[in-house]
Amino acid sequence: MSSLCSFVQSTIGRKILMALTGLVLVLFVMGHMLGNLQIFLGAEVINAYAYKLHYVLPSSALWGIRIFLLVCIAIHIWAAVTLTLDNRKARPQGYQEKKTIQASYSSRTMRMSGIILLAFIVFHIAHFTARSVPGMQYEEAGVLTPMEVPLVKHGEAVMKNGHGVMTFNVNDMMIAGFQVWWVSAFYILATGLLCMHLTHGFSSMFQSVGLRNTLWRKRLDRVALVYGWVVFLGFAIIPLATLAGVLKSDPTGGLATESAAIIETHSK
Amino acid sequence: MEKTMNLTLRVWRQKNRLSVGQFETYQLSDVSEDSSFLEMLDILSEQLVADGHEPVAFDHDCREGICGMCSMTINGQPHGPENGTTACQLHMRHFHDGQTITIEPWRAKPFPVIKDLVVDRSPLDKIIQAGGFITARAGSAVDANAMPIAKQTADYAMDAAACIGCGACVAACPNASAMLFTSAKVAHMNSLPQGQPEKHRRTLAMVTTMDGEGFGGCTNIGECEASCPKNIPLDMIAHLNRDYALAQLKNFFEPVA
Ligand code: HEM
Ligand code: FES
Repeated sequence: MSSLCSFVQSTIGRKILMALTGLVLVLFVMGHMLGNLQIFLGAEVINAYAYKLHYVLPSSALWGIRIFLLVCIAIHIWAAVTLTLDNRKARPQGYQEKKTIQASYSSRTMRMSGIILLAFIVFHIAHFTARSVPGMQYEEAGVLTPMEVPLVKHGEAVMKNGHGVMTFNVNDMMIAGFQVWWVSAFYILATGLLCMHLTHGFSSMFQSVGLRNTLWRKRLDRVALVYGWVVFLGFAIIPLATLAGVLKSDPTGGLATESAAIIETHSK
Repeated sequence: MEKTMNLTLRVWRQKNRLSVGQFETYQLSDVSEDSSFLEMLDILSEQLVADGHEPVAFDHDCREGICGMCSMTINGQPHGPENGTTACQLHMRHFHDGQTITIEPWRAKPFPVIKDLVVDRSPLDKIIQAGGFITARAGSAVDANAMPIAKQTADYAMDAAACIGCGACVAACPNASAMLFTSAKVAHMNSLPQGQPEKHRRTLAMVTTMDGEGFGGCTNIGECEASCPKNIPLDMIAHLNRDYALAQLKNFFEPVA
């Protein structure tokens, strides 16, 4: 058997793959959260951020990142599923009575939180990336008005060849999405589960690659707890703020008031 | 005055490897709180024999917590409720009058039940055989101080070597994983200078044998550490993971076995 083959077949090798792909997802999640939080800086900021990701970044890079993340998720899930099946096989007959001595709830429910996260990821991509959830097809006429808003930089509309550059109205898409109560509830639930997954996973990945000792276990467990809660609050605050009416849709794309008035009269 | 207690015991009874076992319930009265758990089982067996029944089979040898033979899950915990204690060192004062005690064998596919509470733990021996040795010069014994070893290293290896191979880690793990056992053996030998020549080969061989015997994988939840009668820490598993990653890396560029 080649060494690579024996590595991915071993229990430890698959756990290392899980930790490495987990690390990629952990870093992505933090970046994604910080990106999203820009919605609190105004519609023009979040719209310009989305514009940058879609049109300033070469599309090959965008697709490269997307495919890389999907491959990481696929490896993560493959390892999770095959290891879980092996683990089940290792105890065909269970105990009549079994006590959990100290293991945390999060650590014992990684598969549950993981499976619901997978369902969430599918929904989330369909919802905001593909924009194809029935009733929420934000790219179809009339679902989101206006669908295009001016791209704003430093409080002014960005002009190109004498025309205002228009961009997709991401701010209003997020607001419209989260104004549906069950969508918000699902996002909050999923980020809560992500918090649980990470309070165990963040520290566990260091254990899996062998970068933990008695002292660092205590520290990493604490960092994991903080990381999980930061991620939860950072994501959940957007649907919460939308439902509370703090975040509002902005049909001008965040243009300063006078120019907004011009555009509004113009569009009437 | 010596305190005694009356107990209800639910004990797993199984004739042999092939038969289907079941729980039997027994009443045992006037058990001294000073008796050990195994002595309590001895009393039960005497009562059973007197009534013309088969005594309960269970593994035991030293009865002083060092051989690792005793092996039973008591009220859902391997070796019972006391931290860092083998079943033979567990005393009945930790139980109370009128209590029902459930006693089960270790449950794991690689540990088939041989009879009642006795399981076949030879897969652990196979893991040892795969790498639990060093190349030593045959002949007269080397002077004990010929090879200086830092105190820290010696202490660490000693902590790992405290493992008595009882299998409680496997029994406690929801995945029936033998990672704590294997990691203690690997950490013990890989951390000492005498263990260096076979380091990578040992790590690969022991992990391959561990997986091949049908033990599950580690999910880092720490139930093994909590039920280990010798308090082997979970951090030994991090050591094993690290040595395994290094051994695979080394093996990729320059086969070690
Ligand atoms: C897509 C669905 C997902 C599934 C089915 C899943 C499943 C799992 C499972 C079963 C484990 C192993 C738990 C254990 O061994 O105790 C795990 C570990 C982990 N997961 Fe996930 N997960 C998913 C998504 C995610 C996401 C989105 C992230 C990060 C944002 C993530 C980060 C981690 C980390 C860091 C670990 C720790 C790795 C280790 O223990 O070495 N997972 N996951
Ligand atoms: S009988 Fe030897 S450790 Fe319990």
